[in-house]
Amino acid sequence: MLKLQKAKFEIGRDFDRCVGCGVCVNQCANEVHFRDPYDESVCADDIKCVGCQRCVHLCPTGALRVVSFASRTREHGLWTSTVINEIHLQSDSGGILLSGMGHSRPDTVYWDRILLNASQVTNPSIDPLREPMELKTFLGRKPPLNRKNSLDAPEKYPQLELEIPVMFAAMSFGSVSLNVHKSLARAAMSQKTYWNTGEGGLHPEVRAYRDRAIVQVASGRFGVSPEYLEEGACIEIKIGQGAKPGIGGHLPGEKVTGEVARTRKIPPGSDAISPAPHHDIYSIEDLSQLIYSLKEATAYRKPVAVKIAAVHNVAAICSGMARAGADILVIDGYRGGSGATPLRIRNDVGIPVEFALAAVDRRLREEGIRNEVSLVVSGGIRNSADVAKAIALGADAVYIGTAALVALGCHMCQNCYTGKCNWGIATVNPRLARRLNPDIGTLRAENLLRAWKHELAEFLGGMGMNAIESLRGNRLMLRGLGLTERELEILGIKAVGE
Amino acid sequence: MKKMLREGDVRIPAGCAIAALVNLRGLPFAGTRIADCIAVMRERSNGLGGGFAAYGIYPEMKDYYAVHVFFDGIPEKREFEYQLRRHFRVVSTGPIPTRRNDEIHNPPIIWRYFVSPENSLLAEEPVRRQEFMVSFITGVNAASNGAYIVSFGKNMGVFKGVGFPEDIADFFRLDEYRGYLWTAHGRFPTNTPGWWGGAHPFALLETTVIHNGEISSYDANRRFIEMYGYRCSLQTDTEVIAYIFDFLCRRLGMSQEEAALIVAPPLWDELAMMEEETANRITRIRAVFSSLLLNGPFSIVLATPDGIMALNDRLKLRPMVAAENEDFVAVASEEAAIRKILTGINRIWSPRGGEPVWGKVDLTHPEREPLYAGEGGSDDAEAAKSKI
Repeated sequence: MLKLQKAKFEIGRDFDRCVGCGVCVNQCANEVHFRDPYDESVCADDIKCVGCQRCVHLCPTGALRVVSFASRTREHGLWTSTVINEIHLQSDSGGILLSGMGHSRPDTVYWDRILLNASQVTNPSIDPLREPMELKTFLGRKPPLNRKNSLDAPEKYPQLELEIPVMFAAMSFGSVSLNVHKSLARAAMSQKTYWNTGEGGLHPEVRAYRDRAIVQVASGRFGVSPEYLEEGACIEIKIGQGAKPGIGGHLPGEKVTGEVARTRKIPPGSDAISPAPHHDIYSIEDLSQLIYSLKEATAYRKPVAVKIAAVHNVAAICSGMARAGADILVIDGYRGGSGATPLRIRNDVGIPVEFALAAVDRRLREEGIRNEVSLVVSGGIRNSADVAKAIALGADAVYIGTAALVALGCHMCQNCYTGKCNWGIATVNPRLARRLNPDIGTLRAENLLRAWKHELAEFLGGMGMNAIESLRGNRLMLRGLGLTERELEILGIKAVGE
Repeated sequence: MKKMLREGDVRIPAGCAIAALVNLRGLPFAGTRIADCIAVMRERSNGLGGGFAAYGIYPEMKDYYAVHVFFDGIPEKREFEYQLRRHFRVVSTGPIPTRRNDEIHNPPIIWRYFVSPENSLLAEEPVRRQEFMVSFITGVNAASNGAYIVSFGKNMGVFKGVGFPEDIADFFRLDEYRGYLWTAHGRFPTNTPGWWGGAHPFALLETTVIHNGEISSYDANRRFIEMYGYRCSLQTDTEVIAYIFDFLCRRLGMSQEEAALIVAPPLWDELAMMEEETANRITRIRAVFSSLLLNGPFSIVLATPDGIMALNDRLKLRPMVAAENEDFVAVASEEAAIRKILTGINRIWSPRGGEPVWGKVDLTHPEREPLYAGEGGSDDAEAAKSKI
């Protein structure tokens, strides 16, 4: 059968510059570049190219260009090249379209339609170079505020203490390389925030960073043991994620190599399948039982977080989670990334985290329990402005996954599920994984947090504040640009000029 | 043209002058003195709001709640009185005496009631009664039906309006009142339709707040406090500050010291240098009450029948000077205002940011009782002291 699928990229090689050194051949795990068996010249097979730009970066003579494939179908507003290509791919294979990373359609990014405030005349802006700027944030359950205050029983309310309200999101060892875990764990350690193991267990080599680790318990229960629960600073129950709400996960057997198998506590080579639901959680009371089982197992010394994908009735669900005993609520918006997700689910299920956050924060306040739980959001947080806006909308902190990987070298080729990540990130192939030097990775991740810390301080000072908690839920600091009245109402913000 | 929005429909930033004078023995003195004090700082206000809170002014009626109310018109007054009589026994009623002042225009109907709780609900334990009264006051004010309760407390009252504070004092004939604790406020709003209810001080039961500043954390504070049943109908900092102290001190039973730690906590860097146990305690309090941190410039004076607490923001972004002599504690935005009215000053200083200044009245002082009962009658405390 003639394959109808076409190349997405084409390789431009400047033969005046190319010295035939073969770096591109060695670097490309997708086997795009190869030596011609007859004359040893370097050639390329465009159709295999995912556009990761590794060869372009490493070519010593700058001879390579990877550009979009110029040959296109006739222009049509509905039947675009992408649409046609997807149909061809499915009619070639008969399978579900897979993808990596998050939602790819250029839908409105609401963060970009929200603008922050600054002080002029009636109150002074504060110079972060002169005055201390406090970003310290506590995550965990707070006592209810009544007459018999529980302030004197702190042991009942364990807290995570963050020096910057940005944490590294769950990415399991197996879906990413151990060097990614090492980089993020060390950066979290030095910058005094937290990293998340994902559902893949805690590798012995990153146990040293367990004080800053959030250990995840997901539907496959991979790597979970009493010791594992005991080792984390916090336990996160993962119900869903923004990239694939309502469905489970599947780490194919070929990725379950010795190290991964040991960490996950499963036989090498076996498929690691995380079911769509937790088969012991079919209801809110079941969730409550799991939360309290985990709390019992760890003697109530660690906060328990529950992570869900942002779906339509997210507000009611989060309120139920809070009442079921979750100390930290994590909402992952539809732009959240993943190592592997069905493309249709990724792009068409779930809602933007901006709205989910606004709705949840409002609901928890209406019920008077917002102060008792912490709210963490994730799913498409790209920069410090997104962080500031999320906090002003009502979040305590954010998780970054994709942004952290981009800091480590990810070029968003969205082919994580193939295990052929040329940047050594989404792979367990030792030859590829060692391309990410954990010392350099640590430095890059630290730098990102440091840079965002400076920028958050500038935002705060500009708004006349010197503590992050004064921004939290402070929606007067936000204005909407080009949003409908209904959108403004749901976000709980005014329009620009109001 | 569209009618300008009233305060409460829109948030209006304002700058201000504040002053407070308290006699530590609880001896009364005339309102002239605080008016002279605030008048010194005339350029800190712009004639669009001035007001005073006075404690100890109704000794002969001290067992009844004094209710000061503004009305837009007679029907609103009638409706309010119907509501009032449903829950309270009205002992005495009448207009608050005023004097013609050329600088004061378009005053509302200004009325005063002395009431006692009548309703069976109100006769219950004090906590429930206070809860009910707070909801009665905030309910009337939030409804904005043309009646606005200016103050509602025993042996105290708030006098305020649109105008420079010294003119407001003259208009309300404050020279004829004697109290042991006075606070004053001159306002510089950026824009205002000139609504009398929008002037300060802001009162809730017997607590009054005067405030100079603009709190950048306003909406974070508001959204937190509204979870606990308060409605910020005026959208002013002063209102939210009053509610925060009401929530912490009256509802949660905290001391004002603890409340001050919550609204203006030490910086984390400062905590690092403190003794571990203290630092841990403050850390815990801040982690729980982080949304009540008041951020941005402010100087506030919180007054209750037993004294004042004055507080600056953590960075001291607004001026505030305090002074004391043998009998008085005074606080003002500017030193000149204090020097105008206080002699024999033992100490005058600029309090550090986040460091509360106290002016606690000794309510058990032996000299206090005869004057308080309205038997004595001297113009100011020094004179009273020499007489006794």
